[in-house]
Amino acid sequence: MNLALRDMRRNKLRFALTTFGVGMLIGVVIAMSGIYEGALTDALSLPRSLQADLWVVQPRTFGPFAEPSRIPRDTRELIRRMPGVAAAGAVTYQTVQTVSQARPVRLFLEGYEIGRPGGPRSLIAGHGLTESHYQIVVDASSGLKLGQTVPLGPYRDLYTVVGLTRGMVSSGGDPLGWVTLLDAQALQFAVPPALQRRERASGRTAPTTTDINAVLVRLEPAASPVEVSRDIARWKHLAAVPETEEERYLTSFVIQKMQQQLGLFMGILVTVSAVIITLIIYTLTMDKLRSIATLKFIGAPDRVIIGMIVQQALALGLSAFAIGLVLIEEVKGIFPRRVQIEPRDLLIILGIVILVCFGGSVLGVRAAVQVNPAEALAGG
Amino acid sequence: MDESAPSTRPPRIELRGVSKHFGRAETRVDALVDITLTVHPGEVVGLRGPSGCGKSTLLNTIGCVTEPSSGCMQLDGEPIFDGRYLRRDLRRLRLTKIGFIFQTHNLLPFLNATENISEAMELAGTGHAEARERAEALLDYFDMQQMRAYPSELSGGMAQRVAIARAIANNPHIILADEPTAPLDSARAQAVMNLLERIARDKEAAVLVVTHDESIFHRFDRLISMRDGKIEGEEVRARPASTAPGMPEQPRERMAVPSAERGAKDLVAGH
Repeated sequence: MNLALRDMRRNKLRFALTTFGVGMLIGVVIAMSGIYEGALTDALSLPRSLQADLWVVQPRTFGPFAEPSRIPRDTRELIRRMPGVAAAGAVTYQTVQTVSQARPVRLFLEGYEIGRPGGPRSLIAGHGLTESHYQIVVDASSGLKLGQTVPLGPYRDLYTVVGLTRGMVSSGGDPLGWVTLLDAQALQFAVPPALQRRERASGRTAPTTTDINAVLVRLEPAASPVEVSRDIARWKHLAAVPETEEERYLTSFVIQKMQQQLGLFMGILVTVSAVIITLIIYTLTMDKLRSIATLKFIGAPDRVIIGMIVQQALALGLSAFAIGLVLIEEVKGIFPRRVQIEPRDLLIILGIVILVCFGGSVLGVRAAVQVNPAEALAGG
Repeated sequence: MDESAPSTRPPRIELRGVSKHFGRAETRVDALVDITLTVHPGEVVGLRGPSGCGKSTLLNTIGCVTEPSSGCMQLDGEPIFDGRYLRRDLRRLRLTKIGFIFQTHNLLPFLNATENISEAMELAGTGHAEARERAEALLDYFDMQQMRAYPSELSGGMAQRVAIARAIANNPHIILADEPTAPLDSARAQAVMNLLERIARDKEAAVLVVTHDESIFHRFDRLISMRDGKIEGEEVRARPASTAPGMPEQPRERMAVPSAERGAKDLVAGH
């Protein structure tokens, strides 16, 4: 006879409420894990979508996502003519803010050359850029609609949304947007006429508006990324970062602090959950001490009593895990950032829950094993 | 079985010079002092005395929950304590040879009446289906219709009947009862004693009952008085020789006990 099951059956409401409470805690742990994975996916979504083999950036910098990189626009032509290079595209990156329905909308904007590496992939609606100016493709998470016009830049030029992507956000969680390189350069580097006049009056040359942040390079199938990088560094005095390195910069430098923050928070949550589960199992056991004494008195071996406590702990933990998972699956859509629940993370959390349940039942088991059967004889 | 030859049947409970003390030196308390006690198959023996006289310690000692400090103890012919060594598998012994009835029924609150009884059987190795069937038969024997009721849903008398059914579930040869009638009114108390007598007679079990309840004193074959950890005296009641193999033949002087042929419902009449 399964005593654990019988006890839970008899105390259904108490067990259900306890399980729900622990389930919420485990749900938060799952959510944190999902946010962690989501941040990673977000951060890598742009570089991975570009399918570049090399990122050519300003020397001694770590690329456009880790730190500012500014190189002349003709770099793209220089790189394109190098042996082993199949295609090259100049790109710029910047964060812009616009307004939609009186609500501020932040976008991480990429400027690219139509027909060259750097454009959006996998549109879910509309089409890519077809005009040289005032068109924009945005991610659907921005809330912008197809055909909508939004003001951008210091002159609030109106850009029309011509295409939508899904799941493309920056490492900071801002939706991505794509405009032509010319528009992006104007948005990033354009100096208002009054400022230009002041610069000229001061004897300084007007700032250039043709710089770019990076050149994306796709190599010939037979070309070696290492050799092409070395050639770019030697002959063009530029840094060429392989795609894998660029991803590493992103995960190691850009979102590392957030990962550490989430990891620490998860650790605290797991510890709190462990303490609560331990306390609950201990309390459930203490409530049954007289029954346990009676069981021992009538001859139940310790393994029956230990089994009852451990099974209850496991039932509590596993049910709470299931409740937490269902809860988070139901509400993850309303989180402002991507919550990506990975099977591998779920298995790890499940393993932790099982370990916590075993660990949490130790105190209860200890109390139960120490119960003197004679306590069953005590009055009352 | 030759009931005219009592000497061939070993006592169910046999204590010789058993003592039990707690603490040492100045804190030493002698809970039991040189207890010699024998209970034969079929006997129902009462144990009375003021609070703190050692009744419960004696019950715990016979129930293999408390280890004696000295003396010898045999249960059902098997040596349990010989003055130095205590038998090891006492849990198993409690499970198969001793049935215990508590003052407060001590039924497991999360098991229903049937499960409370079948659990004791399953612990002793009986299969689930058989245990359940036998538990239901026992409850039927005790005229209990509320087989699926939980202890909290049973009256004191019904719960005590379930507790008695649990105590005899594994056909123990020794039944120890600690104030089994304390929570009951006198009618139910007499019914419980009817049950214990019936079990002693039918199962040839030795029944030892700790009680303060004077209304049931006359129901015992022997009534032992304790004081300060010692046996102070013993009143031997008359009963037919055929029902008490180890006892001297005397005319029976107690309340009529329903015969085996009258059935279980007569035993629990008044409930």
